[in-house]
Amino acid sequence: MTVIEARGLRKSFKTTVALDGIDLHVEQGRILGLIGPNGAGKTTALNAILGLTTYEGQLQVLGRDPWTKRDELMRDVCFLADVAILPRWLRVSQALDYVAGVHPRFDRVKAEGFLAKTDIRHASKIRELSKGMVTQLHLAIVMAIDARLLVLDEPTLGLDILFRKQFYDSLLNDYFDGNRTIIVTTHQVEEVEHLLTDLMFINRGRIVLNCSMEEFESRFAEVQVRPEQVEAARALHPIHERQALGRNIFLFDRVDRQQLTPLGEVRAPSIADLFVAVIGSHAMATKGAAR
Amino acid sequence: MNTSSNIANDFQAAGASSVLSPTRPFYWSVRRELWEFRSIYLAPAIVAAVFLFGFLISMFRLPSKMRGLDPMQQHEVLQQPYVFVAGAIMAATFLVAIFYCLEALYGERRDRSILFWKSLPVSDLTAVLSKASVPVVILPLLTFSITVITQFLMVVISSVVLMGSGLGVTGLWSHLALSQMWMMLLYHLVAIHALWFAPFYGWMLFVSAWARRAPLLWATVPPLAIFVVERIALGSSYLPGMIGYRLGSGPEGIPFSTGGMRMDHSMAVLPPWKFVLSPGLWIGLAITTGFLVAAARIRRSRGPS
Repeated sequence: MTVIEARGLRKSFKTTVALDGIDLHVEQGRILGLIGPNGAGKTTALNAILGLTTYEGQLQVLGRDPWTKRDELMRDVCFLADVAILPRWLRVSQALDYVAGVHPRFDRVKAEGFLAKTDIRHASKIRELSKGMVTQLHLAIVMAIDARLLVLDEPTLGLDILFRKQFYDSLLNDYFDGNRTIIVTTHQVEEVEHLLTDLMFINRGRIVLNCSMEEFESRFAEVQVRPEQVEAARALHPIHERQALGRNIFLFDRVDRQQLTPLGEVRAPSIADLFVAVIGSHAMATKGAAR
Repeated sequence: MNTSSNIANDFQAAGASSVLSPTRPFYWSVRRELWEFRSIYLAPAIVAAVFLFGFLISMFRLPSKMRGLDPMQQHEVLQQPYVFVAGAIMAATFLVAIFYCLEALYGERRDRSILFWKSLPVSDLTAVLSKASVPVVILPLLTFSITVITQFLMVVISSVVLMGSGLGVTGLWSHLALSQMWMMLLYHLVAIHALWFAPFYGWMLFVSAWARRAPLLWATVPPLAIFVVERIALGSSYLPGMIGYRLGSGPEGIPFSTGGMRMDHSMAVLPPWKFVLSPGLWIGLAITTGFLVAAARIRRSRGPS
């Protein structure tokens, strides 16, 4: 079943185009990583999905129009952004009381269970908690809501490495069950790499790559090319070429493995390397076009 | 795998049994306001406590003061503090209402928490109405309760003092007619503070939802600018007249008394039926509705500022 369906999604501000006609199709049970440089339009896309902003084009989230039906939609959608959105004056117990009061799918016992594993005290105010603890609290609330779509916008920004690891571990172990759908944007690509089922690169308001992780693994190959094979490698039209520690590393898209193995050691690229290759060349191409 | 399927079952069980009534988000949103703005009840409570303290001290002088006065003057001396404390508490809550309205929809954008509130299934209209209910319902009722409790404590204190000094309390009780005073107070609060002033609260909430910064300035400077332009360009003073009409008197231009002075006359001067039938009341409420609907629409498209 389809969770998000977008056709020609556009959003422009006074001077910039944030979304330049995006098509998006997300099925239930997927974990989609939305990766892009700063100002690429990630947050605008998420805001449109959450009903926080107007847009042109067609957009349906769980069969509803997010802009006109935000309050209804939020029964089935959860949102967790970088920590600063919980009000600083709120007490932990009040946060639980309020969500339990307004949200029909919030399971307070479950949230208390998650909180019991942390050092967060019920009487504390948000302003007294560390940044990591605020995220833990928000995550405990979100994981206790029986939602169908979870939207994470830079959820681990500014957290130390222990909190970040723990965040994604509990998300996978205690929350994701194959029926829920998650969209996550982050700059720390390597942290989400192993949990994504789908990958989307977005740059200057356009989608520049959209594939499942299986497709990603079969399509892209990274080869450490032996010096004498460099010309042969270039003949196969690599999408990117770089040098590291005196070696030439080539990235290929949809090139037969049998052609690649004679050139050198073949392996799957990391998302980060592919990102640099795709967005980097994209940036170069648009610069060239501008000239 | 086993645990995750258990979780899924738990969720289904929880989901099936949890249908909330539509009034619950409103109820919890109002409670939320009281958590955030503790001055709503602290300010009038502090005014009452300070006044009670002063009243207690004045009691030492009361018996000697009473002895030299005729009954008419005794009535004045006895009644004055009751009228005064009602006015002081009313003034405090009126100030709280002004600052609350200007902050309510602006503060959540300034501290970015609007993103959290909007991530929950509460509509913008529910949020705005819960905020409007603070000056229109919560504050008048709080003013009434705190005033009644304070005046009751004052009666107890002065009764003890008068009895202790051998003056007797019958004089005090016959002068005060507390239950009548309380009825007038409630009428004044509901009619004037809640309903007649509602357009001002609506305007301030609207500005608070709209302004990117300095809502106090946006709420006051544009009307002032219109005064000036109107005065210079047209030589008229239609807007100041309208605002003065609403702030300075009740419907039909009947003077009311803020501060609780002569509260015992207000129902005779402005009978409830006359108040309910006055066009000014209904025009004001229509304007208030317009401001609140506009505030809800603006809140929908506003993110953190």
